Amino acid sequence: MNAPTSRLVLRAALLTLVAIAATFALDPFRNYQLATAAGCFAAVAGLTVLVGLTGQLSLGHAVLMAAGGYGYAIASTAAAEALPGSDALPFLAGLGGAVAVSGVLGLLLGLAAARLRGPYLAGLTLAMVIALPSAANVIPALAGDQGRGAPFFPVPEALSSLIAVEQWHAWLAIAVAAVAVTPLAAMRRGRAGLRMRAVLGDETAARLAAVDPAKVKTGAFTVSSLAAGLGGAVLAVATQSVSPGAYGLGFSLLLVVAAVVGGLGSIGGAAAGSAIIVVLPWLVDSAASALPADLGQRLNGNLAVLLFGAVVIAVTAARPGGIAGLPRRLPRPPFTRNTRTPETEPNQNTER
Amino acid sequence: MDRLVFLLSTGLARGAVLALFALSLVIVWRAARVINFAQAAMAIVAVYVAFALTAASGSYWLGLAGALAAGAVLGALVERGPLKLVPRDTPLPGMIVAIGLVMVLQSGLAIAFGPDHRPVRAPFSQRPFLLGDIPVLSAYALFVLLLAGGVMAVLALLFGRTSLGLQLRAAAFAPETSRLLGVRVPRMVTAGWMLSVATAALAALLLVPTELGLNPHAADLLFVNAFAVAVVGGLDSPLGALIAGLAVGVLVSLVTGYVSAAAAPLAVLGLLTAVLLVRPGGLFAAKEARSA
Amino acid sequence: MSTLTIEDLTVAYGDGAPVLDGLDLHIGDGTVLALLGANGAGKTTLLRALTGLVPAGGRVLLDGADLTGTATEDRVRGGLALVPEGRSTVVELTVEENLRLGALWRHRGAARRAAVAEMYELFEPLARRRHAPGHTLSGGERQMLALARALIARPDVLLLDEPSLGLAPLVVAQLLGVLRETASRRGLTVLLAEQNVTGALSVADRGVVLSLGEVVADRPAAALAADPALRHAYLGF
Repeated sequence: MNAPTSRLVLRAALLTLVAIAATFALDPFRNYQLATAAGCFAAVAGLTVLVGLTGQLSLGHAVLMAAGGYGYAIASTAAAEALPGSDALPFLAGLGGAVAVSGVLGLLLGLAAARLRGPYLAGLTLAMVIALPSAANVIPALAGDQGRGAPFFPVPEALSSLIAVEQWHAWLAIAVAAVAVTPLAAMRRGRAGLRMRAVLGDETAARLAAVDPAKVKTGAFTVSSLAAGLGGAVLAVATQSVSPGAYGLGFSLLLVVAAVVGGLGSIGGAAAGSAIIVVLPWLVDSAASALPADLGQRLNGNLAVLLFGAVVIAVTAARPGGIAGLPRRLPRPPFTRNTRTPETEPNQNTER
Repeated sequence: MDRLVFLLSTGLARGAVLALFALSLVIVWRAARVINFAQAAMAIVAVYVAFALTAASGSYWLGLAGALAAGAVLGALVERGPLKLVPRDTPLPGMIVAIGLVMVLQSGLAIAFGPDHRPVRAPFSQRPFLLGDIPVLSAYALFVLLLAGGVMAVLALLFGRTSLGLQLRAAAFAPETSRLLGVRVPRMVTAGWMLSVATAALAALLLVPTELGLNPHAADLLFVNAFAVAVVGGLDSPLGALIAGLAVGVLVSLVTGYVSAAAAPLAVLGLLTAVLLVRPGGLFAAKEARSA
Repeated sequence: MSTLTIEDLTVAYGDGAPVLDGLDLHIGDGTVLALLGANGAGKTTLLRALTGLVPAGGRVLLDGADLTGTATEDRVRGGLALVPEGRSTVVELTVEENLRLGALWRHRGAARRAAVAEMYELFEPLARRRHAPGHTLSGGERQMLALARALIARPDVLLLDEPSLGLAPLVVAQLLGVLRETASRRGLTVLLAEQNVTGALSVADRGVVLSLGEVVADRPAAALAADPALRHAYLGF
C-alpha cells in the first residue's frame, strides 16, 4: 500500500468512526434515515465516479441496488436456514450474495457500455428500470411484486443494553458503505482514475497511450455496480425486505439527482447528495402535511421531486461542480500544502 | 388461430403508435443530435391539455388539435429555454437537464391534477369487429392505424418534398454548410423540436385510451419501447422506425398474449440489448452515420 | 457591383497569438483578388471571419454596411457567399437538392427553377447527375456543385477557399475559367484564396500575399507574378 492510499484508508476509517459516534446523538428514526442515506451513498458514489470520470450516464443504478438487495436477501436467507442461531454469518453471506449478483449484472452491462456511447447506454439502463417489475414477476427467485424478505439482524447481546436496533443498523450501514466507497475513492485518485479521464477526454488519444477504452469502461461500470449492490444490501438490512416497487424509475432518477447536486465525480459530493435525497423529501412532506388535506396530499411526494428536478437543471446550467465545487470558488490561502488530488472533473471544463 | 389473428391485428395498432413515437425520437435526433429523455413527460403534458380541452368543449377533435399545438409549443419552449443554458458539445449535460425536466413536469402534473388514473374515452368503439367469428381490429384501432399512417405520410412529404423539409434535413446533416447557404439553422433546430414533440404528443394521445387511463407516467413505457424501436430501426432512419415499430408492436402483442403481460417489457429489453450489442447503428442503417 | 472593406480584423484562437492581427483590406467593384500565402498564413481564418463563422475583432463592411455581430446566414443573405475548403457537399442530399438549398432564400417558384437550370448550363456535368446523392460525386463534381450552389444565390461578393485543392489540373483550369467568366459577366467581386499561385494569378486582377496574419504584398496580379524575390520569399517557388 503506497503512502497516499494508506492516508486515504486512514481518513476513511476516521470518517467511519466519526459517523458511528454521531449515531449516539440521533434518535431511532434519524438513525434509520442515516442507514438509508448510507445505502444511497454507496450507490451514488458508484454512480458519480462512473458519470464524472467516464462520462457514461446510467439511469439504472436503482436496478443495480435492487440486484444487491436480492442477492443479499437470497444468500442471507439461505445461510440463516443452514446455520440457525447465527446472525453475523447470514449477514456476511448476504454481503457476498450482494457482491456476486450486482457484480455479474454490472459486468454484463459494462460489456454493453464498452460498445455504447452516451444516450444509448442511458436508454438501455432506463429500459432496465422499467423492466424490473416484470423481471420480479417472471423470475421466481425474485418473488413477484411483494418481493423477498431478508433476515432480521438483531443487536448483538454485548451491545443490547447500550444501543437500539436502528442505531445498530446504522452502524452496519456505515461500515458497509465505508467498505464500498473507500476502494472507489482510491481508484478515483489512482491510475485507474487517470485512465478513465483519458478515455473521457479522447478515446483515440487514450488508445494511442495504450489505454484500452473498452476495458476501462467495462471495469468502471463493474466497480460502480458493486458499490451500488452493497448499497442495496444496506437497504435490505435496514428494511428486511427488497421489492421491485422500492427501486422504480423515481428512485433511480433520485440517485442521478444526488450525484449531480453533489457534484459529478466527487465522493464527498455523493455523501452530501445522498443526505439531501433522504432528508429533503421527508422535510417537504412533513411541511406539506401541515397544509389542508387535499392540497397536502397532492404535494406529498411530488413537491420534493419538483424541487429536485428544478435544482438539477439549475445546477447543470449554473454550477456544474455541484456542492463539491462550491469551496473551490473561495480563494485558496497561500502556502497551504495541497493535500487533495487535483480536481479535474472534465465535465466542468465545458464552461468557457 | 383466431387468437393469432386477433393478436396480430392489435399488435399492428400498437405498433403504429410505437412507430409514431419512435419517429418523433428520430426527428429530434436528426434535428439536434440528442435523444430527448423528456419526450414522454412532454407528450403527456400535451395529452393533459387535450384532456382539458375535450372535457371543456366536448369535442375529441379540438382536444387532438390542442395536443398537437401544445406539443409544438412545449418543444420550442424546452429547446429555446433550459437546453440553451447548457453546453451542447457533449450529450451529458443535455441528458441531465432532460431528466430534471421529467421530474418537474411529471410531479407538476401530479400536483395539478392528482396522481389518479383518469379514464379517457376513445372517439370510436374499442370492441373488435368480427370477421366471420374471428375478432379483429376495433374501430378505434383502425382509426389509430389510419391516423398514424396519415401523419407519417404527411411527415414524409414535408421532409422529402418541401423547401422547409429540405432546410430541416440540410440543417441536421450539415449545420455549418447550411448557414453558409443562408439557412437559418437555429430556427430549423427549433422547428425540428416542435415537429418532434407534436408527433410524440399525438402518439401518447392515441395510446392513452387503450391503457389504464391518463396519469403523469402514462407514456413512460411507451418511451422505453419507442426508444428500443428507434434504436432497432436506426436513429437516423424514419423508415426503420416505421418497420421496427410495427414489428415490436406485434412482438409485444404476441408475448403478452401467449406468455404474459409481465414478460413483454423483458422481451423488449432483450431485443434492445441484442441489437445494441450486435448492431448499435440499428438494423436498417444503410451506412455509417455521421458522428454526432 | 460591390465593395468589401476590412478594417483592423483580428482573430485569435484560445489564448494563443492572433492568427490575424489588425488586417486592413479593401476590395473594389468587380475585382478578382487572389489571396496567396503559405499554409498557416491565415487565409482560411480570414474567409471564416468574414462570414462570421469565427468571432473576430475589427469591422467588416459590405458596400458600406457594417456586418459586425451579424449571424452567418444574415451575411449570406446580405450578398456574401463562401465556398469553403473541402467542397462541403451535403452528402445526404442529391445534386439538385444541394442546388435548391443554395437558391431557397433568393428565388421562389419559377425563378428558382430557372436559376437551377442556368447552373446546369454553366456546369454541364452536374446536369447529368442531378438526382445522384452527394456522396457519389467525384472531387471535381463536388467542387463544381459547391461553386454552383454559391453562384445560384447571385452573391455580390464571392469568397473561395482553395477550390483547386486535390483536383486534376484540367478540372482546375475549367473551374477557374468559369469563375473568371462569371465574375466578368456579373461584375462579381471575388476573393480567391489559393495555394495554386499561378492558377489564381492567371484569373485575378490583383494579388495579396498574406504571411503570419499580415498583408506583406498587394499589387496587380501580373506584377506579383513577375516578382521573383517575393515569389521566392512567400510563395515558395
